[in-house]
Amino acid sequence: MTLVPVLVLAALLFSLGVYGLLARRNAVLVLLAIELMLNAVNINLIAFEAMIRDSLATGQVFAIFVITVAAAEVGIGLAIVLLIFRNRATANVDEFNLMKW
Amino acid sequence: MTNFLLAAAEEEVHEIVAGTGGFFGEYAWIMLVLPWIAVLGIIFFGKRMKYLGAEIAIAMLAFNTIWSTILFVLNITKGVVYEGAVVIAEIGSDLVFELGWVVDGLSIMMYFVVSFVGLVIFIYAVGYMEGDVRVTWFFAAFTIFAGSMLVLVGAPNLVQLIIGWEGVGLASYLLIGHYWEKKENSSAGMKAFYTNKVADVGLIIGAIMVGATLGTFRFSELSRAAVEHADDLALVAGMIGALLFFGAMGKSAQFPFHIWLPDAMAGPTPVSALMHAATMVTAGVYLMARTFPLYQNLAEDIRPWMVAIGAITLFAMGLLALVANDIKKVLAYSTVSQLGYMMTAVAAGGYTAGVFHLFTHAFFKALLFLGAGSVIHAVHSNNMSDMGGLRKVMPRTYWTFLIGSLALAGILPFAGFWSKDEILVTLGHEGYTAVMWIAIAGAFVTAFYMTRAVTLTFWGTYKGHGHPHESKPIMTVPLITLAVPAAIIGLLNIPGVEFGNTGNFTTWLGMREVVMGDHHASAPDWGMAAIGLGAAVLGILAGLALYARDRATQQERDEFEIPVLYPLLRRKYYMDDAALGLVWLIKAPFANAINWINDYIIDGMVNTVGFVTSGLAHLVYGGLDQRGIDLGFNAMAYGSGGSGERLRRLQTGQLQQYASVFVGAAVMFVIGFVLFR
Amino acid sequence: MEWFDTWGLSLIVFLPLVGALLLMLLPREQEESHKWVSLITTAIVLVLSVVAAANFDFGAAKSFQYEVNESWISAIGANYHVGIDGISLPLLVLSGFVTLLSVIYSWNHWEEPRNPRAFLALMLVLLTGMNGTFVALDLVLFFIFFELVLLPMYFMIGIWGDKSERELPVFGKTVSVRLYAAIKFFLFTLFGSAFMLLGFLALYFNSADSVAGRTFDIPALIARAPELTMLPVAGWIFAGLFLGFAVKVPMFPFHTWLPDAHTAAPTVGSVLLAAILLKLGSYGFIRIALPILPEQAKQWAPIIAILAVIGIIYGALACLAQSDMKRLIAFSSVGHMGFVMLGIATLTDVGINAAIIGMVAHGVITGLLFFLAGSMSHRYHTRDMARLGGNQSLMPMLGGILAFTAMASLGLPGLAGFWGEFMSLLGSYNPLEGLSIGLFRTAMVIGAVGTVLTAGYLLWMLQKVNLGEPKAEWDGHEFHDVDKFEMAAWVPLIVTIIAIGVYPKIVFGATTDAVQALVQTAFGG
Repeated sequence: MTLVPVLVLAALLFSLGVYGLLARRNAVLVLLAIELMLNAVNINLIAFEAMIRDSLATGQVFAIFVITVAAAEVGIGLAIVLLIFRNRATANVDEFNLMKW
Repeated sequence: MTNFLLAAAEEEVHEIVAGTGGFFGEYAWIMLVLPWIAVLGIIFFGKRMKYLGAEIAIAMLAFNTIWSTILFVLNITKGVVYEGAVVIAEIGSDLVFELGWVVDGLSIMMYFVVSFVGLVIFIYAVGYMEGDVRVTWFFAAFTIFAGSMLVLVGAPNLVQLIIGWEGVGLASYLLIGHYWEKKENSSAGMKAFYTNKVADVGLIIGAIMVGATLGTFRFSELSRAAVEHADDLALVAGMIGALLFFGAMGKSAQFPFHIWLPDAMAGPTPVSALMHAATMVTAGVYLMARTFPLYQNLAEDIRPWMVAIGAITLFAMGLLALVANDIKKVLAYSTVSQLGYMMTAVAAGGYTAGVFHLFTHAFFKALLFLGAGSVIHAVHSNNMSDMGGLRKVMPRTYWTFLIGSLALAGILPFAGFWSKDEILVTLGHEGYTAVMWIAIAGAFVTAFYMTRAVTLTFWGTYKGHGHPHESKPIMTVPLITLAVPAAIIGLLNIPGVEFGNTGNFTTWLGMREVVMGDHHASAPDWGMAAIGLGAAVLGILAGLALYARDRATQQERDEFEIPVLYPLLRRKYYMDDAALGLVWLIKAPFANAINWINDYIIDGMVNTVGFVTSGLAHLVYGGLDQRGIDLGFNAMAYGSGGSGERLRRLQTGQLQQYASVFVGAAVMFVIGFVLFR
Repeated sequence: MEWFDTWGLSLIVFLPLVGALLLMLLPREQEESHKWVSLITTAIVLVLSVVAAANFDFGAAKSFQYEVNESWISAIGANYHVGIDGISLPLLVLSGFVTLLSVIYSWNHWEEPRNPRAFLALMLVLLTGMNGTFVALDLVLFFIFFELVLLPMYFMIGIWGDKSERELPVFGKTVSVRLYAAIKFFLFTLFGSAFMLLGFLALYFNSADSVAGRTFDIPALIARAPELTMLPVAGWIFAGLFLGFAVKVPMFPFHTWLPDAHTAAPTVGSVLLAAILLKLGSYGFIRIALPILPEQAKQWAPIIAILAVIGIIYGALACLAQSDMKRLIAFSSVGHMGFVMLGIATLTDVGINAAIIGMVAHGVITGLLFFLAGSMSHRYHTRDMARLGGNQSLMPMLGGILAFTAMASLGLPGLAGFWGEFMSLLGSYNPLEGLSIGLFRTAMVIGAVGTVLTAGYLLWMLQKVNLGEPKAEWDGHEFHDVDKFEMAAWVPLIVTIIAIGVYPKIVFGATTDAVQALVQTAFGG
């Protein structure tokens, strides 16, 4: 099995994620875009693991880590979005200026 | 503070000179400590007492007078000499600070003068200050002076001398500014303190050099090292001598530091009598006498300079007394002039001569000031133009003042004659012939201005307002008490005349550890005596010639160019003309020139220094500090604040803006990684 | 008294902190009990310090006594190491003494916005910091206490300070005097101590050849001084320590925080700042910088001496330009601390002894001057000397004490201030062998001229404030002279000034041996 097509897939997926992160206005979609990027990384991890065949299976372990962290992150992220939506009746990231000085 | 001394005295007193002190020598420190207890007593209880605290001070001084008289008798009969000290600090490098007391001929004489003259003046002051503001405070400060002066003259080392030295300076500041509601009085006090402080720099550095060179501040060690021509001391002796003399010039009002003394007359008259005539101002002469072996053996190079300064002082300041209208100023300039005599004598090598003049001068000048005070008290003015004709209404004051004047002028049996004569003899013997003639001319001037003062004050007709009358006995009795020594005390030191087997003043004064090598005549030098006396008599005659005739105004009497010159010319041709011309010559150009120099150059310099310093101060503070250094720090603060202000605009709070920066940076890293791997 | 040998110093240091906690527990309204708690706490601390002094073995003043050395942060080799020798003893007693008097003075002198509880608590925390600095024998401990004093002083100035506003020169900005001063004070000191901390760390990393042996222990570092001082970075280390201490002293040109802080601070704040806080810097020089890095000290001594005499002259000149009485007194500190630093720069036993007695004397004298300035502005509601005048006749007692203190401050012999000035000049006549004699003797002469200028501005102040007729604007005002709390706070200071002046052995009895040993070990001279 060759590595290159998988890496290309992961790169495309990552780029999609970056585009979504930078271009979408809806906070939920931004979060989804982040998920895309994380999953692209996961694909990379698995692919390299499959090639190297490390005895400790480091790649797979890391992938599971990332999935776990991503789940937690999305959970917190959605909670924040929900709260902001409740307070401001919008989920548009442009209108979030709470982090301004 | 006494407890400390007492507690320490039990264990740590160590004798420097073998203990021939006996009880009175070993406990002589009581004289130095007692005044301070008296000060506390006056401050805390004075206001409740009948004479507002004066009685405490008087009791203290009476005790000291008795004690010093006993010491004197023991000293001349049994040779009691003692020096004791308490260590008050060990400061490293084997240096110690000590407080102590000296009992030897010189210090006993000073103890006696300070205590006895002080006692008389304090009693006088009870009458003089009656009804004044702050009488208790006056006596407290006056007692601070007496205490500091005793600490000064009893000092066995330079550090203690400095303590007393600045202590008397402080008392002088307080008492000159006694009527401090008026700015000129407080300024006069400041001027005195400050002029002295400038001169003290010399004393302090001199003391430091002595301590650092010899490892001790003791006078006895200094004298010993000087007599033995110790090498390390010889190297710096000239410097030390010059510095100590610099300090002495300030306290003893030598030219050009004399400027503070006339202004110091702003204080109450008893203060002028005790401090600015009899004792405090002689501290510089005392210092020179104390360290005499240094000048005698090692610091010889600078002695001609010291003599020169003394000579300038004695002559130029005497001339200034000719033009003063304020009777206290006349006496003040006279004091400066007499201090010049003392300084000249000590500097020329006449230890005994200088100190003897100090001794006699203390009595007759104190007497003159008290007499002047009595007059001022009666006419409520300092100006001689408001006086005149007081001979009849104030007979006791007149006669005592006259005795004082004759003593100061140097007329035969009176005190001043003997001491001045001794100075002239010493100057002649030591080879300062020119200075000797200046001193003789000075004697002429002295007699002249005293005649003028007596004439204007007591003779003629009264020109002031009100009805002056003789002062109360509490003021006249001190006058009489002082008139006696002023008349006869010079007899103590007639060359060749000895009192039993104890010798005379010269021997008594020599009662100290390191023997002086100064010149003593074995028999009176009648030739010199005649010259000195002649100068004095001439001065009196000149004074009488000009002032004996009563005239209505000061203007008329003093500025005799036309109105006085004319009748005199009419009456007697050449003699008076010559005398007058001479006097006029001396008086108008020289005295006025010196007066001008005094007011414009020296005072001007002082003022210039003051203004320059003040200007510099504003420049340094306003320009350098506030706009310079502080500006730098403020600029740093505002710089960082301002850049923060600008930088924080980057923080927009826009999530996606942050993300794009982040992604952009990541891309840059990747590119960098690929390119520069 | 077995327990005292081990617990004494810790009690002296931490008892005030306990007192501060106790204050916080009491309700805010009970002002009387706040006062009593802090009075009793500070009194106990002073008594303990005096007991420590009484039981102090003066024969062995050069070695540390009441020493406690317990492991504290073992990972970095920092110990809880405290102890006092003859150098720190007088300063320890001084800080307890002045703080107690400050509490007494505070009794009925409260600046707005009152709140005695907070003010007293800050004062007690300050006392912990000051005492801690004087007993600490470990660099970490020293640093913590050294920084601890900043906080209470910051709040004292920032909250209770001068409420007026002033315009900064050049910038033209109007700032609140107290906030400006508080921030300036804090930042300045922090700036210096950051470099000082770097120095401490550098000392730590070079304190042993192996990692395990590294230590912050001051005596251990002193024992290793011969190696430390030969390090290539030793010059930089000394520079760091110098910055930290010089800002605190403060030496020219790091002094500009001082007048602002003093002018803005409440009375008691100024007193403590002048009396104790400034001493932390010069104490640091004597305790840490000189013995650990003697070679660098020799190299830096001329610089320190030059800055010191500049400070003397500069401070005096700046004083002459002031119109604000409190600011004048503040600037006088620059001059007086110049004498202290000149003494230290000579690196001789005489000079360092001079520095210590100068520190103690400046503590009591300038402390008293600030008390007086505070009481005067309390009564007149102004510190402008042009408006004052005739104080002596309005309030004879206050005027008399002011005159006395000014005389002490100008170094009148027989009062405490003289010895420090005289001896630091004496020390500079014969500085340590190897130092430039010409330079130090020049410094001596300039310093002596400085004493004249010092006399000048103090006499000038006295004339402006005390003498003359009172100004017309005070007609009809009732002025009450010194009250009993002021008397109780001032009389002990006056007695101390006279006692030290007449019998300086009170201080030298403790310090001389310790200083000689220090100079002996560090410079062999």
